[in-house]
Amino acid sequence: MKLEGKKLIWKDYQKEIPDDKYFYVRSCIRQNFFPSSEYHFLKIMREDLGKDVYETEHHTTCGGIGYHCDVIQLDTIMSIVARQFALMTEAGYKNYAVSCITSFGLYTEIIHTWQTFPEILEKTRRQLKEATGREFEIPEHVAHASDIIFKLRHEIAAKAKYKLINQKTGKPLKVVEHIGCHYAKMFPHKGVGGAEYPYVLAGMVEAWGGEVVDYPERRHCCGFGFRQYFVKSNRGYSLSNTHKKFESMEPFKPDMIITNCPGCPYFLDRWQYVIAESEGKTYGENGHGIPVFTYEEVAGLVMGYDPWDLGLQVHQIAVEPLLDKMGIPYAPEAKYKGLDGKDLGKPEFPQNICCC
Amino acid sequence: MEDVIVVIGGGPAGMEAALSLAGRGHKVYIVEKTNALGGHLARWDRLFPQQDPAQDILNDMLNGIKNADDKIEVICNAQVQSVKKRMRGLEVMLSNQKMIQADAVLVCCGFELFRAERKEEYGYGIYDNVLTSADLEERFRQKKVLCADGRVPEKVAFVHCVGSRDEKVDHTYCSKVCCVTAVKQASEIKELYPQTEVFNLYMDLRMFDRYFEQMYHKAQSHYGVHFVRGRLSEVSETADGRLQIKTEDTLLGRPMKLTVDMLVLMVGMQACAQTEELSEKLDLKVSSSDHFFETKDLFLKGNYAHTKGIFLAGACTGPKSLPDTLQDARSAAESIHRYLTA
Repeated sequence: MKLEGKKLIWKDYQKEIPDDKYFYVRSCIRQNFFPSSEYHFLKIMREDLGKDVYETEHHTTCGGIGYHCDVIQLDTIMSIVARQFALMTEAGYKNYAVSCITSFGLYTEIIHTWQTFPEILEKTRRQLKEATGREFEIPEHVAHASDIIFKLRHEIAAKAKYKLINQKTGKPLKVVEHIGCHYAKMFPHKGVGGAEYPYVLAGMVEAWGGEVVDYPERRHCCGFGFRQYFVKSNRGYSLSNTHKKFESMEPFKPDMIITNCPGCPYFLDRWQYVIAESEGKTYGENGHGIPVFTYEEVAGLVMGYDPWDLGLQVHQIAVEPLLDKMGIPYAPEAKYKGLDGKDLGKPEFPQNICCC
Repeated sequence: MEDVIVVIGGGPAGMEAALSLAGRGHKVYIVEKTNALGGHLARWDRLFPQQDPAQDILNDMLNGIKNADDKIEVICNAQVQSVKKRMRGLEVMLSNQKMIQADAVLVCCGFELFRAERKEEYGYGIYDNVLTSADLEERFRQKKVLCADGRVPEKVAFVHCVGSRDEKVDHTYCSKVCCVTAVKQASEIKELYPQTEVFNLYMDLRMFDRYFEQMYHKAQSHYGVHFVRGRLSEVSETADGRLQIKTEDTLLGRPMKLTVDMLVLMVGMQACAQTEELSEKLDLKVSSSDHFFETKDLFLKGNYAHTKGIFLAGACTGPKSLPDTLQDARSAAESIHRYLTA
């Protein structure tokens, strides 16, 4: 594999990412799946990097899940999105930071639609005004939150306490980067590095000392694929997708997986347990799975945040092997204790996959 | 006084037209931007449909030019700077500051191969064992077609229509020669390594010219080349440096995954970089659909540009095979001769 070839492609997919003054919108599901990722994005941005990031409790779902499940019409979605932009306009911001990949894809698609068909934009403005009395401006920049961390990756590296390096061998950790499908597959020029060889997570991995694994099913869906999972009878497809990816990455012996989508880390994490319990197959070392992280969690680990404060105890796949490789200290007895020290109770451990 | 013709481009079309014009007693200057004549032909090994060595054809033409005495003057490493209309003919200024008073100009700037990197999903320039048809031809010249790690490939796949008939890259036209070149190269791989399995992934097989259909049949019946109707969606590298490709067999109606040792991209033709520049300098029309030069018509004035005294030949007016290019060059010479002697 020639990295130079990828670099040439990356040159064609540069995007302007402001490094400050963002209106931030959360994901519907990430706070349940990975409860501390968005919290730590804000903490790192505001406290560690001194950035101005604003959020409001009046923000709602963007409707993206309903849109991609074919249960909400685009016309309705546009009004919802227009309302989000009205909140940004009222707060005095022009840069829009999106936590969710599907929301990011949806905002990109809708802005493109409005720019292509101005009459639809006017209709949406009218509908929003009639329904809520609000007015809005289209953001000057729409960035996925991973774009912003990518942009600030060197600042984070400069403050890093740990690197993506195996402390015992001194070698870079082998990292699988998995990009959410709605990040750049629909609009390649809106994603850092394009759709075929996205650079957004690869750039973070490089900057923080790791080495990216390019495996055959890299581009394949994580297994969330809305209609595969939300339609209950299709869930076998969801599991098959994830299984296909793990079988493909297995020969490369990755140390960890980094993701930038709400669903991807969840499915790559949870389905490993299902595969292990139903087939007896595990993909990590010594009966473990391959730990899966959000990019905020990886940024937090690199910057020295406590793994349990980052919420890593709610992962299905134990993160301890990765923490040991990076040389990050942790208190095993604190793993299942809440912030107030209260015992949260230990989960039932599975039979076939090592969870600590 | 002899008539003077400036031929822009020293590929097969330019050389053949120069030979025809010199044979009719005209003085010809061939202006070639590189340091040697031959164009793409100089980089090819054997030619369809009958496997003639490209070098033999090229040498014949080069010898002809050498023996044309002072009737053909070759100016390499030069480009046309400007062309000005004069009372009689055209004043052609070259980049080396040489000025030629010409009675006619023949544009034979040819074509460029499609840049395979643009089809990002095929991994050219990234994965070691992804080649273009031109790269493979270079290896045929060396009589060795090996993988990056020095192994003889056990499986090779050819992808047709790379940069042709593809709206995504704004090339909606057919490049004409890639289908038959793929059949030729697939057969040559089997000649070189009979044990190697060869697959051709095609959209349509356009075996339009004489002997092409026989080549296609021989590739299947004699060499055992597999033909699969389906376009490639993506290419990835496996842990052992092989290539995993995903396609669809549209005759079976099923997706297909194949692991091969080498992937050959049949790159199409595109208008060369000079086209835009020459269109401004010589006031030539360029087609908005395929970006090649437009001729005055497609029938009786097929080598005439819209500007008086300027003529066109070869692949600068659209994809052509080598035999068609040479015929077109002779036709252009005839048109110029008629124009000058009218």
